[in-house]
Amino acid sequence: MKPEIRPIKTAAETALASSFAAARRALPGGAAVAALREDGFRRFERDGLPHRRVEEWKYTDLRALMRDAKPLAGAPDTETKARAERALRALAAIEARRVVFVDGALVPEFSDLAELEPGLGIRSMAQALAEADARVVGSLGKAVPTDDVAVALNTAFMGDGALIHVTAGAVLARPLHLVFVNAGAAPASLFVRSLALIENSARVMLVESHIGASGGAGQDQVNTVLELQVGDGAHVDHVKITGAGAGAIHISTLMAAIGAHGRFNEFLFTTGGGVVRNQVFVRFAGEGTIAGIRGATLLKHRQHADTTLVADHAAADCTSREVFKSVLDDEGHSVFQGKIIVRPRAQKTDAKMATHALLLSEKAEADNKPELEIFADDVQCGHGATSGALDEDLLFYLNARGIPAKEAEALLIQAFVGEAIEGIEHAGLRDVLLEEAATWLQTRK
Amino acid sequence: MTGTADGVAPISLQRGRLRRETSMHLLEVKNLHVEVDGKPILNGLELSISKGTVHAIMGPNGSGKSTLAHVLAGKDDYVVTQGEVLLDGEDLLALAPEQRAAQGLFLAFQYPFEIPGVATMTFLRTALNAQRKQRGEGELSTPDFLKRVREVAGRLGIEQEMLRRGVNVGFSGGEKKRNEILQMALLEPRLCVLDETDSGLDIDALKVVADGVNRLRSPERAFVVITHYQRLLNYIVPDVVHVLSRGRIVKTGGKDLALDLEATGYAQYQEEMA
Repeated sequence: MKPEIRPIKTAAETALASSFAAARRALPGGAAVAALREDGFRRFERDGLPHRRVEEWKYTDLRALMRDAKPLAGAPDTETKARAERALRALAAIEARRVVFVDGALVPEFSDLAELEPGLGIRSMAQALAEADARVVGSLGKAVPTDDVAVALNTAFMGDGALIHVTAGAVLARPLHLVFVNAGAAPASLFVRSLALIENSARVMLVESHIGASGGAGQDQVNTVLELQVGDGAHVDHVKITGAGAGAIHISTLMAAIGAHGRFNEFLFTTGGGVVRNQVFVRFAGEGTIAGIRGATLLKHRQHADTTLVADHAAADCTSREVFKSVLDDEGHSVFQGKIIVRPRAQKTDAKMATHALLLSEKAEADNKPELEIFADDVQCGHGATSGALDEDLLFYLNARGIPAKEAEALLIQAFVGEAIEGIEHAGLRDVLLEEAATWLQTRK
Repeated sequence: MTGTADGVAPISLQRGRLRRETSMHLLEVKNLHVEVDGKPILNGLELSISKGTVHAIMGPNGSGKSTLAHVLAGKDDYVVTQGEVLLDGEDLLALAPEQRAAQGLFLAFQYPFEIPGVATMTFLRTALNAQRKQRGEGELSTPDFLKRVREVAGRLGIEQEMLRRGVNVGFSGGEKKRNEILQMALLEPRLCVLDETDSGLDIDALKVVADGVNRLRSPERAFVVITHYQRLLNYIVPDVVHVLSRGRIVKTGGKDLALDLEATGYAQYQEEMA
């Protein structure tokens, strides 16, 4: 007998329900999409917002953290676009083809959509949904099927996003940079849904930036989902830079299915947001793929950032390396939940996961939860974790050479973060992230 | 020969004269008492060093040699309970480690640390510019800096590739010591303290390091060479040799004292103290 527990709805849950009731008819898509939305919303309604007794959300109690739900973002007005344009200037250093979304909506005049390389297609997700593009609708939620409540909510409310198609063998010379700027006058909820179909042997570097530039004290609530379907022999890099507003709640999910004999590199760089949750669900669907899934998180004040990773080795002979670093100042709180699954067929899997936390204050906290679920018998899997303060001996060595304490600390922190960033293949992007880390250090007390 | 060798000032009981003599010394250590974890290590150490001289400090294990080196550099686990240390008449103990470095004090570490992720070149440039900034000097231009690094590194047999690596990462014991001398040469300190620089070095590496040190000898600069063995002093020939035992200088002499010690060992000094 299963006891029926109906929790009292929180203010945020009630607000989400009325938002959905009011918006469902206006959201893009035909009957098939509407059905997906209904399914998603029912999934959310079943259990409500996740809380600490839900194991996957143990350290990020969304029910407690999300006091209310902001109204859905409207189409950006002139003022909003002007704020967004100012925020975009900082990105000039990244040499890439930029596709810009303001308050979740594609803005063609800020985007570089001319003269696309052969084999590259970029469209607005909202438009594809409105046109009931069967291939797109049929692909949603298929890369890595999940019961995750954040993804379900995203499906219920999904508005715009990027729809990217790279045909077989196409090699993109420039990185593709998806920029999401929140710049509305008041705090808003945004549900961004992107999908990238990357065919066999294609070569793509995808960069995603999330920037908070809103007039609403940076209190936006963002739920963004990117689905990647990667064919055999493809080489895909994805770098996500999260610098959302100080009071923002930012929940993102990457769902990636990687084909055989491919290369996949993921890097999550997080400095922004009040509450950030980066979910990465990677499925190794074909044999012989090599993947690096890495990240660096820099937190201060009372920021909270949760990285939840599931690397699902469903095919043999794949190698994955998961390395996450966090630097925590003040009352910063980082969470890492990493699960490696090795399915019975996935013999010769080589998977190693490591996390390293650098605590710069007595009140900083790092939680780490590695899990290995191994169902094959000929595999190499491991995990390791370290946490600690800056090395006193190294600081003294630097001091003794004339380098003052603050500068010596900055040098060591930068080295710690730099080791993670060095793994990014694109030199220009590496420099941009090193620069971001340096800026973060300069604003330290 | 106690107290009369070159570079050792005669001790005067007259306050006025003492002050005048002090101004002649680059380093003046007076009645220095130091504790580590509540345990006394240095017990009234006295030491005066003039510009242009090389002083060797020898002593058995646990006599306080490394403590002296670290307390001069400003390591905070070492608590000074009594006494004073003057660098060119200025109170060294009142300064933070980085200020001491900027004032011209350099400690070559016995065990140089590895700093992964900080390229040697970055480290050298940051240190040099930090010191220049504290002294109110401008930053050295990049071409001038690179030229100087290459020149000194070449002489010390440090390859360019090593300068791009993390500080001391993957360096052998000898390479780490040569890297210390490289830093010393670039930072141009007035007082160089070498803490057991010979430990872990084979004879060839020892010669390279000693040659690096000897090139830096000048009338404006002084050295404190801390060592357990006489061997290093064949290559870096000291003007004065001190024997340190149980936290005090128990004997001072010329370079021959080191040879005597090699023959007789430290036992006699330890017994004298007992």
